Amino acid sequence: MSLFILVALPFFGALLPGLMNSAGRASCAGVTFTVSLVAFLGLLTNLPAVWAGEVVTARIDWLPSLGLNFTLMLDGLGFFFALLILGIGLLIIAYARHYLSRDDNMGEFFTYLLLFQGAMVGIVLSDNILLLLVFWELTSLSSFLLIGYWKHLPEGRQGARMALTVTGMGGLAMIGGMLILGQIAGSYDLSVILQNRELIQADPLYVPALILILMGCFTKSAQFPFHFWLPHAMAAPTPVSAYLHSATMVKAGIFLMARMWPVLSGTPEWFMIVTTAGLVTMVLGAVIALFKHDLKALLAFSTVSHLGLITMLLGTGTAFGAMAAMFHILNHATFKAALFMSAGIIDHETDTRDIRRLGGLRVLMPVTFVIATLAALSMAGIPLLNGFLSKEMMLEEANHTTLFGMPLLVPVMATIGSLFSAAYCFRLIGHVFLGPVRDDYPAKPHDPGPGLWLPPAILVVLVVVIGVAPFLAEPFVKMVTASVLGGEAEVPKAYFKIWHGLVPALFMSIAAVVGGLLMMAIFNPALRFWDAAPRPEAKVIFEGIVEAAARLARGLILPLHNGAFSRYAAIGTVAIVAAGFHAWSTGTIAAPTRELQPAGPVPIAGWLMLVAATGGMVLMHRNRLLSLILIGIVGLMVSIGFVFFSAPDLAMTQFTVEVVTIILLLLALNFLPNTTPIESSVLRRVRDAGIAIAGGLAAFGLAYHYLLRDAVTTPISEFHLANSYKGGGGTNVVNVILVDFRGFDTYGEIIVLGIAALLIYALTETLLGGPVRARLLNRKPDQPRAGDMHPMMMVVLTRVIMPVVMMVGFYIFLRGHNEPGGGFIAGLIVSIGVVMQYMASGFGWTSARLKYPYHGVIGAGVLIAGLTGIGSWFVGKPFLTSDFTYVRIPPFEEFELATAALFDLGVFLAVVGAVMLSLESFSRLARRAHVPDSEHPMDIDPSRDDPQPEPANGGAS
Amino acid sequence: MELLVASAIGILTAGGIYLMLRLRTFPVILGISLLTYAVNVFLFASGRLTTAAPPILRDDISLYADPLPQALVLTAIVISFGMTAVVVMIGLGAFLGSDDDHVDDQTALDDDPAEGAS
Repeated sequence: MSLFILVALPFFGALLPGLMNSAGRASCAGVTFTVSLVAFLGLLTNLPAVWAGEVVTARIDWLPSLGLNFTLMLDGLGFFFALLILGIGLLIIAYARHYLSRDDNMGEFFTYLLLFQGAMVGIVLSDNILLLLVFWELTSLSSFLLIGYWKHLPEGRQGARMALTVTGMGGLAMIGGMLILGQIAGSYDLSVILQNRELIQADPLYVPALILILMGCFTKSAQFPFHFWLPHAMAAPTPVSAYLHSATMVKAGIFLMARMWPVLSGTPEWFMIVTTAGLVTMVLGAVIALFKHDLKALLAFSTVSHLGLITMLLGTGTAFGAMAAMFHILNHATFKAALFMSAGIIDHETDTRDIRRLGGLRVLMPVTFVIATLAALSMAGIPLLNGFLSKEMMLEEANHTTLFGMPLLVPVMATIGSLFSAAYCFRLIGHVFLGPVRDDYPAKPHDPGPGLWLPPAILVVLVVVIGVAPFLAEPFVKMVTASVLGGEAEVPKAYFKIWHGLVPALFMSIAAVVGGLLMMAIFNPALRFWDAAPRPEAKVIFEGIVEAAARLARGLILPLHNGAFSRYAAIGTVAIVAAGFHAWSTGTIAAPTRELQPAGPVPIAGWLMLVAATGGMVLMHRNRLLSLILIGIVGLMVSIGFVFFSAPDLAMTQFTVEVVTIILLLLALNFLPNTTPIESSVLRRVRDAGIAIAGGLAAFGLAYHYLLRDAVTTPISEFHLANSYKGGGGTNVVNVILVDFRGFDTYGEIIVLGIAALLIYALTETLLGGPVRARLLNRKPDQPRAGDMHPMMMVVLTRVIMPVVMMVGFYIFLRGHNEPGGGFIAGLIVSIGVVMQYMASGFGWTSARLKYPYHGVIGAGVLIAGLTGIGSWFVGKPFLTSDFTYVRIPPFEEFELATAALFDLGVFLAVVGAVMLSLESFSRLARRAHVPDSEHPMDIDPSRDDPQPEPANGGAS
Repeated sequence: MELLVASAIGILTAGGIYLMLRLRTFPVILGISLLTYAVNVFLFASGRLTTAAPPILRDDISLYADPLPQALVLTAIVISFGMTAVVVMIGLGAFLGSDDDHVDDQTALDDDPAEGAS
């Protein structure tokens, strides 16, 4: 099966459980199981190639310019981890089906689980480290969702947050490290990076990159001092703990260390950091685990300890260490997942996980007893079980490792770690299963159905098989090791066997087991000592750090971001002007290349009007209606300016937009106060004026400078002028640019316009649906209304003029390709015509004659424009390639047909719809505010039998 | 001519900034509209000023105004209508909901009660 499908399958499969939720729990779990099973079998189809030592690859160039490609590869190491993820995943899904109660949303659970599975498969198959980072973060996110699955539990939420914070911070550090690594190697492809060991290790940035990457690995794999999140993550449902937090996700960090082993390991820095962290984690985790009373907490710390063991083995940098690490990953995944599932069974059946309340379950739950005991003995390192084999190899490796110049340090620490490890395993067996049967269990314990015990039983079979016949696992582990070593070292010759002779590792093993038994004998005094000893509580420290960071952020942000928009605007303006001034004063300024053009009296007059209107607005802005009139003058002058400077299309657009904007603002002003009160101090006004003058001077300087100089390089406009007719078939270059050269931009813009209109509509609906509606209905107009609501002259005039407006719009639209005009302008003109009907004849009359809702018009416009674009696909051209031809239908003149005109039709419809929807929404607010609409469109209608003048609403008061 | 256009841009900008720094929604919206004019005219001016040469191809003419800024500004004008409409709607909704058309938050913050009331 293609690697792409392998990675994509869980992600797409994640859509199914949610859909199947209503079909029942069995089908929900069944579909999840099927998805995983297909992926699992698909993985197995790649086994022959991987077994032969090949690397299966798949590649899609995604963002080649950034070095980010969707490249996947499957080698021995990736296969091993993918096998763990998908294989254990299958068992976990089967187990979770029976574990989750009826109150739990199973579809949600399995959706998260499949998302996690896909992200995890993505990590182990990535050949590009940037892609790997994406999947890496996805595992953090899906783990967050899974830990917090029981949203009602505060521990779940806190644990999820802590896990996300710690692993997320590590992920951020790792991004930095990976970017450095990619820069050194000159590529982000793993296959290239892995070939550049000498180059990378000789680089001065090797140590920073190493530390950053290890931060990511250590946080993910819960290595000291980042180990504290893992026990808190145990608030998750047990299937999650067994899957993410023992078998797969926490091994992602270890996977990455193994993946990077050929390039990063072997240096003193690697050895010191990784081995030390692993050793400390191993011993610390084992000691804490012994004294935990919560079954899952015990297992969590034992996981921390075993992850430390594997890390330490990778840290030694020898081939034998790497092989032992791989073997232990396999063994740990089998026995620890089985143990977690057993813990889940005990929790499920007895209603408690507190070891102090358990005991004697051997008689009550014999099946669980056998499974858990075998797995625990394997973890303790008892012969004939798989844990013994890899632990023996670990001790052997520790024996050859000298840290900090002390040859005894690592062997002694490793023995102590194994001793405590054996001790907590014995405690788990002894205090939970052995001893007398009690009569105060919270629930009556009994063995569960096979749905719960079969999955761990399958794993325990593996534990025993590998333990008795290690030669079965040997070729597989050696194949994986070979791909970890990546040709940097020889795969060790050592055979996997139970009896190695009287080697030091055997004595260390015996010492650990005997010591573990002794530890159990003195457990009670040791526990009292442990409880009395002061120790730092990681959660308190973590919360303290979070709180301190939040306080710092609040201290920084709140004074700056206090909800005062005018202050942000002032700060922003000053900053922009200052940055511009800095650029101006430090950059080089070329001499002017253009002559000043002479200005006649007409432009000067227009300029004076514009300046006067702007000045008037500033001075008299408290009178809102007056400032609205003044801004109309400004807009008019700008339109005339466009005409003067050879931009007829712009002038028409500006002019029509001006009309609808003023109508819009008038509608708004209907509700707002008519005057702006004086609130700001003189000082503040002086300050604002200062800022405004600075900004104005800066804009003036920039524009003036710009206008007197030619472009630095040749503008691309020449291309448009030259090709407008030849390529686009139109002589109005502006319109051809809009609908053809840059049609994709225009397409985006009409969509934005449509979204803006829909947003206004939605806001109106919200307002009218809420408490505002009552206020609007009870509102008293603040000034007298006009006597005539719908003056007859105006009604008649607008109706007569409507066909003319439509015709003008049609004309402007049609000629747009060759003369000033086009869809935008035609749309605005038609909108104004329709708005006039609303204004003259009233809302009710106009809406009643409206056949199509404006949403539909917007949608039709976008759709037509989009379909026109797609049409060019059918002739093998890119999106929005236009075509045109000339046709002649006698007796008419020859005329042009262009697909661009169809696109322009879409623009036209979208503009009409958007403008009308906005204005209609505003007027709907106004409508509710009044007494119901007048029944008749005209106040006085001679055709009516009994002319009855409408009383002026509220106007007489 | 260049001086006129550049100074018009400067004056529109100054007026726009001053109104944008006011405390009520309506003048702020008008200020943003003035700034929109300034920006549109500036963008348009990046094609330099050409009189009596619209970019409509004719057989016997070879000098045309730069069409590209015109096309970009044309859509900018239409979009700015949409933006103004949304901002007006938000301002109106806020006013109708709270009977208050201040731009700045009026609720005093715990540790900073005086801010925003200037």
